[in-house]
Amino acid sequence: MSAREQHTKGSGLKWVGRAIRRLEDPALVTGQGRFTADLPAAHWVRFLRSPSAAGKIESVKAPQGATMITATDLKGVKPILPMLHKFSYRPVPQQILADGEVRFVGEAVAAVVAASEEEAEDIADAVELVIGDATPVVDARAAVASGAPQIHAEAPGNVILEGRIKTDGFDGVWAGAHKIVKVDARSRRQNATPMEARAAHAAYDAATGRVTLTCTTQMPHLMRTAIADVLGMPESDLRVIAPDVGGGFGQKMSLCAEYVVLVWLARKLKSSVAWTEDRRENLIASFHSRDQTIALEGAFDKDARLLALKADVLSNIGAYSCFPTTSGVEPLMAMAEMPGPYDFRQYECRARGAITNTCTMAAYRGVSRPVITFALERLMDKAARAFGLEPVDIRRKNLIGTFPYVSAAGLKFDEASYKQTLEMAVEHAALPAFRKRQAEARKQGRYLGIGFATFSERTGYGSPAFTARGMAITPGWETVHVSVDPSGFIEARIGSSPHGQGLRTTLAQIIADELGVEPHKIKVIHGDTDTAPYGWGTFASRSLVISGGATLIAARKVRAKLIKIASTMLEAAADDIVLEDGQAKVAGTDRTVSIAKMAREAYTQTHRFKGEIEPGLSESGTYDPPGTFSNACHVAIVEVDVETGRTRIEKFLVAEDAGRIINPMIADGQVHGGIAQGIGNALLEEIVYDDSGNPLTATLAEYMPPTAREVPEIELHHIETPSTESITKAKGLGEGGCIGAPAAIVNAINDALSPFDIVIDEMPATPQRVRAALRKAGAA
Amino acid sequence: MTEKSSITLTINGRDHAIKVEARRTLADAIREDCGQTGTHIGCEHGVCGACTVIVDGEPVRSCLMFAAQAAGKQIRTVEGLAKGDTLHPMQQAFMDHHGLQCGFCTPGFLMLAVGVLEREPDISDDDLIDVLSSNLCRCTGYQNIIKAVRAAAKEMRK
Amino acid sequence: MKPAPFIRHVPKTLDEAVKILAQVAPQDGRVLAGGQSLVPIMAFRLAKPAHLVDINEIDGLDRIASDGTTLSIGACVRHGAFHKSVVGNPLGALLTFVARHIAHYPIRMRGTFCGSLAHADPSSEWCLTAATLDATIVARSTRGERPIPAREFFAGIMSTALAEDELLAEVRLPLLSPDTKFGFNEFSRRAGDFAMSAALVTYRLQGGKIAEARVGVGGAEPFPRRIAQAEAALNGQPPGDKAFRAAAEAAANAVEAMEDHQTSAEYRRDLVRAVVRRALEHSNR
Repeated sequence: MSAREQHTKGSGLKWVGRAIRRLEDPALVTGQGRFTADLPAAHWVRFLRSPSAAGKIESVKAPQGATMITATDLKGVKPILPMLHKFSYRPVPQQILADGEVRFVGEAVAAVVAASEEEAEDIADAVELVIGDATPVVDARAAVASGAPQIHAEAPGNVILEGRIKTDGFDGVWAGAHKIVKVDARSRRQNATPMEARAAHAAYDAATGRVTLTCTTQMPHLMRTAIADVLGMPESDLRVIAPDVGGGFGQKMSLCAEYVVLVWLARKLKSSVAWTEDRRENLIASFHSRDQTIALEGAFDKDARLLALKADVLSNIGAYSCFPTTSGVEPLMAMAEMPGPYDFRQYECRARGAITNTCTMAAYRGVSRPVITFALERLMDKAARAFGLEPVDIRRKNLIGTFPYVSAAGLKFDEASYKQTLEMAVEHAALPAFRKRQAEARKQGRYLGIGFATFSERTGYGSPAFTARGMAITPGWETVHVSVDPSGFIEARIGSSPHGQGLRTTLAQIIADELGVEPHKIKVIHGDTDTAPYGWGTFASRSLVISGGATLIAARKVRAKLIKIASTMLEAAADDIVLEDGQAKVAGTDRTVSIAKMAREAYTQTHRFKGEIEPGLSESGTYDPPGTFSNACHVAIVEVDVETGRTRIEKFLVAEDAGRIINPMIADGQVHGGIAQGIGNALLEEIVYDDSGNPLTATLAEYMPPTAREVPEIELHHIETPSTESITKAKGLGEGGCIGAPAAIVNAINDALSPFDIVIDEMPATPQRVRAALRKAGAA
Repeated sequence: MTEKSSITLTINGRDHAIKVEARRTLADAIREDCGQTGTHIGCEHGVCGACTVIVDGEPVRSCLMFAAQAAGKQIRTVEGLAKGDTLHPMQQAFMDHHGLQCGFCTPGFLMLAVGVLEREPDISDDDLIDVLSSNLCRCTGYQNIIKAVRAAAKEMRK
Repeated sequence: MKPAPFIRHVPKTLDEAVKILAQVAPQDGRVLAGGQSLVPIMAFRLAKPAHLVDINEIDGLDRIASDGTTLSIGACVRHGAFHKSVVGNPLGALLTFVARHIAHYPIRMRGTFCGSLAHADPSSEWCLTAATLDATIVARSTRGERPIPAREFFAGIMSTALAEDELLAEVRLPLLSPDTKFGFNEFSRRAGDFAMSAALVTYRLQGGKIAEARVGVGGAEPFPRRIAQAEAALNGQPPGDKAFRAAAEAAANAVEAMEDHQTSAEYRRDLVRAVVRRALEHSNR
């Protein structure tokens, strides 16, 4: 029996812990899903985008009779101005449409409106746009070098922020170290590439003067707040709906200038307008991610124990800052979480964000942690080599083992299983047998390698964590309304905004256990500012922990109320009432009353409970937890074809711990998907610019998410350490897959190529890069 | 805009008389002109496969055909897979095996897998993985899509 | 990403098609066959043809015929037609093996053999096949029929000897001697992606020695071609690692490899070396 089954069995819960089929699926498999682009519209918008990375806009001339708006038309509309009160952050404004100057290829300069998408594109093609010559800065290092052209007057030196941290006593420990190991890690730029690109539809209602914006977003409420702010309109005049959303992965978390334009146009035209981003726009002008270099040094004692870590992080944040997190999200995440799952006390870090003439960076699943884990795990493997140890052994020496633990960067770690998941992974990977096979294969000129990555995944963090970041917008908490309607059906209205995570199912499982009903009788409502309570949406591996906690709180209140009603109706003591099978029962008797009947009473017979309970059967719960750490060990076994430089992943294995698992099927799916994105990060996906800032990867033939062929079979093993920092005992797990996979894969590549004495510290480790390293080393 | 011509598209056995420009892609016509929005558009250049439909028994990218080219042919989309309330084995298998998350790529994968398995019910497992590499999914890591299609293939052979 | 407007012409006969093409070619008219390469280019508006001559409704263009010495492939024969062997000759097996490397299944349901040649992407598997086997490409126009040898057909990246009013009506491939061995290998980043290098080889064995070797390389230069130096390295040698490596080396040295932002000429030569040797190993199964 697996650890999970034991735990679930001991939990006393009927639905939590079961792999039930998703309640979301029947609509989605029959073509009845409702996505933004499915809505008909009176007008279609095409954005005219800058073909230049930098320069003054000299003229924009629309063909005769065309409807086109530019920055000139948007007088009075405020710029997007994300703010961070920390680390000398420089707020840089982004005009909704480029005003006077463009700063990256793809920046929206004008919006053309026509009766069809085809016509709008015809008109946009015919617009005469003249942009003056200017020298763009594409590379982060070039941007922060002295004498680089200034991209924003507000940010001298093109530095949007510079964070520094250094523990007391660092220098002494550093000076006394036995060995210093160094890695220069780099992750190239990526695009989250949800299969549904961005889309928006804004419809004006003449009767109320309100606009309904249906759009692909992960945080509908904050979109409403932000767009109303920028347009200076009452928030109550705007309704934002996130219908079915075809994946987000962070890209749909930030405010898009395009959505502001749509709302403005709907009000101006008093009609409906729609925009569906095409794939080229998505690849060049939606948000990018990663693009980070980390110079990392570790100081070890003579027993290979890590004493101190020194990091210099440089993130290329693109042309503007993103709302709400700001583009500090990458460098600051790196600074806070660099110490990872290792036990050491001394830490120094400098983390900078460099502004460049490239597409704006924003969150992408994992946010910096795929890169810091890559840097740190490369460092551990290099240290293992320097000390003549197996990579596994150096991790055994250094992983956190006692809890709660406060990291050198000041983060509090709750109980987890870093060492246990490592041992579990080692066992299932059959390491000694692999080493034997590896040695035999090498004799035949085949290069196999194994790579490990151990990491922590901070999840489910509420407002305290965001407050610590100094964000002007401090998200965190979630509210859930659980109500039983007079017909006895149950509805949960949530502020989170799932888009593939299966929250309608998992939250229903939590409620089902509290109220003694079946999950399919419960509807979870989300993604509509008119019907769902204010909330922060779905991102940062938070929804099941935070919305799940709020759901549990609200459901417990409803439960208490039901028990009260039942005790009155059944004339029994509250302690004797049990809720199961859709009924309240008096324990040890055959007296029952159905939830439907109790609900009807709660609304229509309130006089019976006067003074005892409030009318109706609707309760609210809010939850704002401190955060909880999931953990895992990822193992990749690869074969590197040294003639072509191509890496084939033979096997991928995971031992992971995300606390109590609400639905194992959904949890596994999250890990699978993250790993596939991690494989893309490690081997395939790269947004490439030429020196003039022209994107060279504007199609899905050039920007390469993995297919079913590139993702091997993934073997998952579980440990469940119930979280003490989460009332459902669940930890988040949305990002772990893509955090650990790149490091494990590139470590495996380095292991495979160890006979050649070469080092690959750059992702993606493309065949070209691997071959170039081999050639440089004189190896064939 | 150029001149529109009248054509009839037969989707899931139902005729849709529509007027389209020559440049209207089949994908756009199915969605915009015939209102069958279950077919999704993910890239419009033939790589992602989200728009896969079955035309005269062949799974094809509907973004790479013009609507006028499909006139007179039998078009099948995700909306036509189930028979009344009974799901197609492929739909059922995707639900049973968690072969979908956000659901955006799902109609394309369903039509791809059904289209190929109807033509080649005894396709080898290796060839089946090749077939599934035709379409992109960003959520599932393909693990459960492969499981679902294998299960449905078995069911469809019965 | 919608195509620019165009007028679609739907001829019912080849004669009608070339007549229309002759009229519209000077006004940026093009032939539409499978559309699997042309339509994406139109979607990006990299091509904005004003007229498309859609040849899909012409009867008989999906014809594959063998006269005992030559296999004729009509203008609308789809890649998928080769999923099963089309002729009882080693050529049938060769075409089946190559076909499964072309893009993806749904693309193979629409894309055509002849269309691939007319499009002339450097990495096209059919272009490589035509070059390696010295196919004859039959161009039709109102001026009549013009057979073009493959080695004179390809002119550059996506550029051919077809005149603007000529329609690629048929490709003729010589049938292979029954004892012909073939091998194919290609390198692409992901399943179904454009090949960064590909090799097709054929030869016969005479007294245990390689004879009549053909080594074609695609994806590395602006268009595929036979590599005489590699063929010379094979002819007269027994099949095996030594000869294969020599041929692969000769091919790698002979190509003038294309470069792009991510791929150096050096790297592409590495790939040529690998795919030629692997194709030869495949032939020796």
